[in-house]
Amino acid sequence: MTIEILGISVLWLFLFGYVIVASIDFGAGFFNASTIVTRKHHIVNSVIQRYLSPVWEITNVFLVFFFIGMIGFFPQTAYYFGTVLLIPISISIILLALRGSYYAFSTYGTKGHFGYTLMYGVTGVLIPASLTTALIVSQGGFIREMPSGRIDLDYVALFTSPFAWSIVVLSLVSVLFISASFLAYYSSVAEDWKALKLFKKYTWIWSFPTIITAVGIIIEMKWHNPSHFEGLVSLWWLFALSFVSFLVSLWFLKKGQYGWSFIYVVLQFAIAFYAYGVSRYPYLLYPYLTIYDGFTNETMAYALIAVFILGLMLLIPSLYLVFKLFIMNKPYIKKGKV
Amino acid sequence: MENMDSVEFSRYLTMLTLSVHVIFATVGVGVPLFIMLAHWLGLKKNDPHYLLMAKRWARGYVISVAVGVVTGTAIALQLALLWPRFMEFAGQLVALPLFMETFAFFFEAIFLGIYLYTWNRFKNPKHHFYLLAPVVIGGAMSALFITSVNAFMNTPQGFVLLNGELTNIQPLLAMFNPAMPTKVAHVLTSAYMTSAFVLASIAAFHMMRGNRHEYHRKALSLTMKVGFIFCIATALVGDLSGKFLAEYQPEKLAAAEWHFETEGEAPLVLFGILTETNEVKYGIKIPYALSFLVHNNFSGVVTGLNDIPEEYHPPYIVHYFFDIMVSIGIGLTVLSMIYLLALKFKWKFIKTKMFRYSLVASGPLAMLAIQAGWWFTELGRQPWIMRGFMTTAEGATDSPYVWVMFIAFAVLYFILLAGTAIVLTRMFKNNPVEKELEKSAEQGRDAV
Repeated sequence: MTIEILGISVLWLFLFGYVIVASIDFGAGFFNASTIVTRKHHIVNSVIQRYLSPVWEITNVFLVFFFIGMIGFFPQTAYYFGTVLLIPISISIILLALRGSYYAFSTYGTKGHFGYTLMYGVTGVLIPASLTTALIVSQGGFIREMPSGRIDLDYVALFTSPFAWSIVVLSLVSVLFISASFLAYYSSVAEDWKALKLFKKYTWIWSFPTIITAVGIIIEMKWHNPSHFEGLVSLWWLFALSFVSFLVSLWFLKKGQYGWSFIYVVLQFAIAFYAYGVSRYPYLLYPYLTIYDGFTNETMAYALIAVFILGLMLLIPSLYLVFKLFIMNKPYIKKGKV
Repeated sequence: MENMDSVEFSRYLTMLTLSVHVIFATVGVGVPLFIMLAHWLGLKKNDPHYLLMAKRWARGYVISVAVGVVTGTAIALQLALLWPRFMEFAGQLVALPLFMETFAFFFEAIFLGIYLYTWNRFKNPKHHFYLLAPVVIGGAMSALFITSVNAFMNTPQGFVLLNGELTNIQPLLAMFNPAMPTKVAHVLTSAYMTSAFVLASIAAFHMMRGNRHEYHRKALSLTMKVGFIFCIATALVGDLSGKFLAEYQPEKLAAAEWHFETEGEAPLVLFGILTETNEVKYGIKIPYALSFLVHNNFSGVVTGLNDIPEEYHPPYIVHYFFDIMVSIGIGLTVLSMIYLLALKFKWKFIKTKMFRYSLVASGPLAMLAIQAGWWFTELGRQPWIMRGFMTTAEGATDSPYVWVMFIAFAVLYFILLAGTAIVLTRMFKNNPVEKELEKSAEQGRDAV
């Protein structure tokens, strides 16, 4: 394995970590707000708050981690993505900031404000959409080169592209699917049967659109980027495996084994996520940047990997502690029932 | 021309984000130390006042951390959005401390979350107390790493630039650059100092309002004592920073002092205004002081701006920021010293309204000094983004939309600042110390 591949694998791992924890967070915000509208808020509120309050900061760090790691391993991405994505990522930052302030003001501070909770729910849907822009752009086809040599995002192409919209839809439905699946598991640990029933229902509702859009995107890729499509097809067995995990997770959901069901959901996304990552090899930004020409100097790469290993030795036990105290800890979770 | 505007607006937006972030970052680094001290005193003396102090400070602290996290995320991403060319270049050199900073921050975030949500969950209360150590260390470490990146921009080293190609890169050398030790030390000591005065001014505020509760007196005396120690430490490190500037960034020091002629026996100039012919009017001149500051003797030669090419002069306005920082620093040192002496010798005047007003003002003033200090150091390295290697204009984005983003972020920060102020006041106003002490006494244990 070359060091470039090691680097991108590490980053892909962070991104995946962010996708999972952020999905739980974003989806929870959406459910939290939408149940206000459907008057079922009292059922889900405590489960959501109990889990999210201690961990939301950790979620945010995953994003920064991925991003700083990206600039560290692939400094040239700073130029390309930084220049092109000024507006979409700035919008994401603003939404993330509003979302973070929800925790500051409504959760830790004075008790909830109706409008603010709605805003928190809306950002849960808008942030995945705006962050997805980075992924869409990296597929190629949305960057314009100006006569002056400047590069810019081609907004017309972006907003009129069915391919781009399908990816946005996929990100939204998978956020809701992952989140519902986790919250179903969490409410089953809390023995909060009403919440469980609701989240179980949500999991079923969002599971099929996830699979349908995912398959749709693979097919669309055939026209959008034929070489990438071939890459995807050559890894068909991984996508098949991901689909099997999907079926297994639904089977566990039906059986009432919510922990296993969630694990298989994560597995389903992990396999698909890595397969997708491998299929776009070696491009970071098609066709401008590959992982080879954007790579940092070798000294820095080794230094980063060394720090990464040391950091993990610190983080894994700490995350385990969080897990013990807030996720697997029945008394803590159940205390939330009021 | 289009590009020029982007440069200006990128600078303004970065300034705006960092000015907001540094408020929360300073509190974020400094306050955990005080939570830890109060918690420790509470356990040691078995004093519910100190325990409650730790709890209340922690509760307010988490609000500021939350806002600090979001503004911090903003600046992290803005670095690449607004300065893509700079990050492309510097990413190869300073990725290591940037990466380590996220680890430190991660560590802090994890344990802060655990600390906040585990009051009364450990059988041995000391175990809960130990959770603060990683929070304090993580906060200090992330300040260290991120400041080393800023220091690198001031004194870049650890690489060789050969025909536009970077070679012989040494990440550790880049991290431990000449500016790093003084910068990190100054950032840390001033963060602890500022947090001390911020907490002191809260206690003083309650006392000024006529609240005679022992809790506030204990809080005030604890924070003022520690505050005084860090005042001294900050001043000492500040002196070292001055000496550092004279050696490595003479143009910054000269601009701060409006020092034009290279000469020995150089005076230190405080305040005043600059005429069009670059003469200082109405300033207070302290003879020999600048020479002494730089060389530890009264006749040492100090480089003046006239010996530095004009295109590399920082804006002369930095003089005022420097003055504000130094005067507030000295003022607070004197204030805390008087307070401590008065405590020891039982002087009555510390109970006068006048004195309590100044105690209340100390927190906001310290924060102003932090802002002024950062503005001084950042404007003072103009026109460079990486001194000697890349100018600000070369590092900026060429996107024409920066001004739109500037407005959007300005609105956002207004909401964040106003929200923080409202929530913090409401949180403590509706839940005074007396009520909480009563409640925990009733329950026979601490309630979160």
